[in-house]
This record gives sequence, C-alpha cells and structure tokens, in this order.
Amino acid sequence: MKTKKIIPNILVVVFCLLYLFPIYLILTNSFKSRAEMYENMVALPTKFSLKYYASALDKINFSISLWNSIVLTVVSIAIIVILSAMTAWMFVRSKNKLSTFFFGLLVATMLIPFQTIMMPLMQEMNWIGNHLHIPMTDTVPGLIFMYIGFGAGMGVFLYHGFVNSIPVSLEEAATIDGCNTWTLFWKIVFPILKPTTMTVIILDVIWIWNDYLLPSLTLKSKANRTIPISTAKFFGQYTISWNEAMAALVITIIPVAIFYMFCQKYIVKGVAAGAVKG
Amino acid sequence: MKIKKGWYALFTMPLMLIFIIVVVIPFVIGIGYSFVTWDGFAKHQADFVGFSNYTKVFRDERFLRAALRTTIYTLFSVLSVNVLGLIFSLIVTTALKVRNFARTMLFVPYLIGGLILGYIWKSVFSEYFLSIGWGNWLTNATRAMIAMVVVTTWQMAGYVMIVYITGIMAIPDDVLEAAKVDGAGYFQTLFKIKFPLLMPSFTICLFLTLSNCFKVYDVNVALTGTGPNYQSEMFSLNIYNEIFDLSNFGYGQAKAIIFFMIIAVITLIQVSITKKREVAM
Repeated sequence: MKTKKIIPNILVVVFCLLYLFPIYLILTNSFKSRAEMYENMVALPTKFSLKYYASALDKINFSISLWNSIVLTVVSIAIIVILSAMTAWMFVRSKNKLSTFFFGLLVATMLIPFQTIMMPLMQEMNWIGNHLHIPMTDTVPGLIFMYIGFGAGMGVFLYHGFVNSIPVSLEEAATIDGCNTWTLFWKIVFPILKPTTMTVIILDVIWIWNDYLLPSLTLKSKANRTIPISTAKFFGQYTISWNEAMAALVITIIPVAIFYMFCQKYIVKGVAAGAVKG
Repeated sequence: MKIKKGWYALFTMPLMLIFIIVVVIPFVIGIGYSFVTWDGFAKHQADFVGFSNYTKVFRDERFLRAALRTTIYTLFSVLSVNVLGLIFSLIVTTALKVRNFARTMLFVPYLIGGLILGYIWKSVFSEYFLSIGWGNWLTNATRAMIAMVVVTTWQMAGYVMIVYITGIMAIPDDVLEAAKVDGAGYFQTLFKIKFPLLMPSFTICLFLTLSNCFKVYDVNVALTGTGPNYQSEMFSLNIYNEIFDLSNFGYGQAKAIIFFMIIAVITLIQVSITKKREVAM
C-alpha cells in the first residue's frame, strides 16, 4: 500500500524537475568554462567560476536596469491602483450617463491589441514632446504615463466589480458621521478594496516588469533601459558568448524568483482572480 | 448617496484624461493613418489613398504567409497549452503529497517574461541541440515553428492550470460523491461530470490563450526573429517590421487595424459559443 503511494509522488517530482530543465541548463552552464560547457552541457560544473557573471552584470548594465525596472513598475502600479480605485468607486456610486459611457469605453478598449495603437501613440508622444515641450519619449516618467493609460481598463474593471458587491449603507453611515467624500474614500472604502488591490498589483507586476514592446519603442538611451530592454540589446549583438548569455539570463530571473518566493500565495490568488474576472 | 460634481470630476477625470490620451486618441488617429501612405518623416507629405492599403494586404505574400503561420501556430498552441494545463490541474488536485510542490514548480515559467523565456529556450534549441547532435532547430522553418509552440506551451500551461484548479475546486463534493455512489468510474466522472461543470473555466482559458497566442511577439523576437526568408515572422512582428523597419507607416497601420478586427471577432465569437454550452448549476 505504501509503495503504491510513493511511486506517483516520485513520478510527479521527477516530471516537475524535468519540466524546469531549461532553467537548469542555463544555471549549470553559467558557471562552467567554455570548453567544459561544450564537452557536456548537462553535467554539473566541476568548479564554480563567477567570471561570466561579472562580465554579464556589466554588459546588461544590471544595477541601472534593475533600478529603472523597479521605479517603472512600482510608480506605475501605485498610480494605477489609486486612480483606478477612485474612478471605479465613483462610477458605481454615482451612476449617470457619463459613468456608463466611460466604463463601457474602458471595457471595450481592452480588446484593442497594443500593436494596433503603437505607431500613432508614438507619433502623439513625439508631438507632445515637440509642441508642448513635455518629454514623453525616452523618459521613464513618460513611460509611466503610458502604463497608467494602458492599465486603466483592467484596473477600473476589477474594482468596479468589487465595489458593486459592497453595500452602500456603511458609506452612508460614515457620511452622516461627518466624513467628506475624500476621507470617506480613503478611510472607509479603500481598505475594504484590499483583495482587489492585491489582484491588480500582482497582474500589473507580471505585465509591466516583463513588458518589452512598449519600452523598446520609447526608451532609446542606455541610462533609461529596463531589464528586458538591456537583455534584448545584449542578445542583439552579432556574437554572443553563451556562457555569458546564460549568466545574464540567470541574473534577470533572480528578481522574479525573489518576488515569487515572498508573494507566492498572493500571486497564485491574484492570477486566478484576474483570469476569472477578465 | 449624493456626490457633488466637483468630487466626481476630481476622482474620475485624471484617469479618464490619461486613458483618452494614451488609448483612445491613438486608436482614432490610427484609423486615419491607415488611409494614407507615409514614410514616417514629419516633413514628408502623407497622401490619401483610400482603401488601397487594405486591398494591398491580399497581394502581400510575406504578410499572408505570416498571417497563416500565426493561425496555425495559434491552433496548435491553444490545444497543447489547454490539454497540458488541464492534465496538470487534474494531477495537482488529487491527494498526492507533492501536489503543492508541483503547483509551485509548474507555475514558474509564467512569471518569467516572454522575452527572457525565449532566450532561455534559444539556448536549448540551438546550443544544447547542437551539442547532442540534433542540429539547430531554429534555422529550420518547420522546427522553428514547433519550437515556438513548445515555448508557448511551457510558458502558459502553468497559468491555465491555475484557472482550471479554481474550477475543479468549485465543483461541489456531493456531486462527485453522488456519482461515486451511482458507480461512475474515473473517466466517466471526468467526462460526464467534471468537464461539463468546467465549461466556464474552458471559456476563460480558451479566450486567454487564443488572444495571447495570436498576439505573440516577445517569444517570436527572442527565439527566432524574422528568420531567413521571413520564415518565422508572426503577425505582430510583421506589423512592427512594416512600420518601423520598412517605414511604411500607413500600410503597416492598415495591417494593425486588420489585426485588431481579427482579434475582436475571434474573441467575441469564442466567448458567445462557449457561454451557450455552460451548464447552469
């Protein structure tokens, strides 16, 4: 009876490890010398050399890229969360033609693929830079502005559904006690929205952290690059040393791995909730 | 509850303004761009050409091939992602001791972005395959397509697994127990009870994988690129190249609008079909 239970468990574990073989492959070879790598790519390294890590860190400009990615992700999401929650709550609590119109527009535009608006968006951003003298392209704040616009649809949509499910009586009681609309929202409503806030944060981290096409269109100077952009630039060179490339890939996965380790519960919940409601 | 107009504006207008600038205006002017020819230089004139950008796509062999390739890739990917994700979800909802470990591991690829993931697999399909004598798969047109499907499946199977798990957990125990009492076997329960009740999950997963696969860009750029003879170019990359590489802004934008219409149509049809088949509990 006991062996019957052990065997399926072992089979599943073995399968999971085999499933992650590509990650093992880049990990093991990033420590090897060139000759050792081509001798047998699957073998464990005989001695761990960090040589390639040093040069990879330098080539992908890791500290600057990491900082840019963090600033971009954190600031964009903070603003998306605040503005989407405020907007969605207002749309539900004062149902008028304008609210219905904008909510419908937000949901409908979620169908538009980014590729459909990327070129006119860049034209418009360049125009704002040239005529209104607000630099929108090749700046991190400009990119944050664009992420807020693209994140609005899903953010408002998720909050809208949740606000609909909470009774208005609590808010009415708070109004009678003398809360104005601003303090009512922040003191009473926003804390109740926390589950949706977690969902929005998780979904937007996965999206913005990994996004490549939008930043590749706007960020041109080296100092503004995010992690995906630096990685793409590195691989875009004519000759790549694969040991170094693998070391670079391992480095880029580390922040994601740390995020996953600490927020695993929230991530799985958020992804499931986001998918079901989307 | 009565809310003053000032508060309404303060709460909603900032986001609506940004949304209009970033999404609505570009979409509208994008439609305008699709009716002109223009090379992207502000100084150069854009000439109105009516619908000729739209009719031109039917003679553009490179584009038609990319569109067909994307369709085939999407069909295979949607199938393999969902079959594998469903199998995973059935395994990790059993009483196995390692089920949580398995969930954690199988979900990992989804968190790594498509670009990084493409590069990771590039090392497998080119360097590793060369080292074991299988040759570089990414230079052969058909094998490169198989590689794309493999990478997409690897990325998204863990994701749809999470959605299917949520669906399986929502099936009431008494329904399954009743089936057991009535003498239903594993497969009978699976096909006659679990699958019909999982219809909402199928809707969600098919919708997500269908539109995500059709829009594939990052994995395409990282894994294969355009490839010799454009052999690995997908729809998105074709639009990108037409606009930013060949500088045909108007023509590229017409393709982008067609792209939008295809995505809109398939998702709307797909949602309406699967919604009808959902079982009411």
